[in-house]
Amino acid sequence: MADVNRGNRPLSPHLQVYKWPLNMAMSILHRMTGVALGVVTALIAIWFFALAWSPSAFETVNGLMTSWLGWLILLGGAVSAWFHFVNGIRHLVWDTGSHFGQKRVNRTAVVGLVATVLLTIATVWVALAV
Amino acid sequence: MRYLTDRKRATGLGSARSGTGHFWEQRVSSIALLILTPLFLFPLAYNMGDSYEAVREAYGHPINATVAVAFMLTAFLHFFQGIQVVIEDYVHGRWELVLIITMRLMSASFALIGTIAILKILFGA
Repeated sequence: MADVNRGNRPLSPHLQVYKWPLNMAMSILHRMTGVALGVVTALIAIWFFALAWSPSAFETVNGLMTSWLGWLILLGGAVSAWFHFVNGIRHLVWDTGSHFGQKRVNRTAVVGLVATVLLTIATVWVALAV
Repeated sequence: MRYLTDRKRATGLGSARSGTGHFWEQRVSSIALLILTPLFLFPLAYNMGDSYEAVREAYGHPINATVAVAFMLTAFLHFFQGIQVVIEDYVHGRWELVLIITMRLMSASFALIGTIAILKILFGA
């Protein structure tokens, strides 16, 4: 009988067993940061709305935004914004048909991550020190 | 066997009848955000944590207000363009339609909330 081994055959390896290529993580992070940015930008819009509404409304919203949790969310927003910004440039370059190939993709990924860190540090510096 | 009629091939709009329109508009809004994001984010970081009067004054300035309005409109347009693709990838059937329409209305709403607020601050009413 042909089907005697049905259900007991080896399966092809699941996605989990593979080592994540760096660019796979970059791609997933691009989507995750994009969704996160929608939420954080909505919070910024509410912050502007409170600013336009009244001093007491601003005090409430600004108080939440500058609480430790608020600053943490804003820091996450800054990291997301700069990651999405830098990785978006990689996507625009790819759209022209350039910078494909394993070495170049990996190199631009590393450069992008470094740029994300530097731009985030610059933003935090402007927020706190200036 | 040719699957496309000559007319379909000539118009180049495919089965969804919008051709490369969505792809192209998303690239254009992303290029706009390459300019607007630094212009919006650094002043925002600078003003975050300041007093009511100081932030009112900052966004009462025409340059800050113009950048902020441009950012709000472009960012929520780009967000909707992106989230539509994400929904199309992971959700199918009725919920796909419901979610896309919901996100479209929410994106438009927050773009308006941000824009109206900044305009009110600019005109000082």
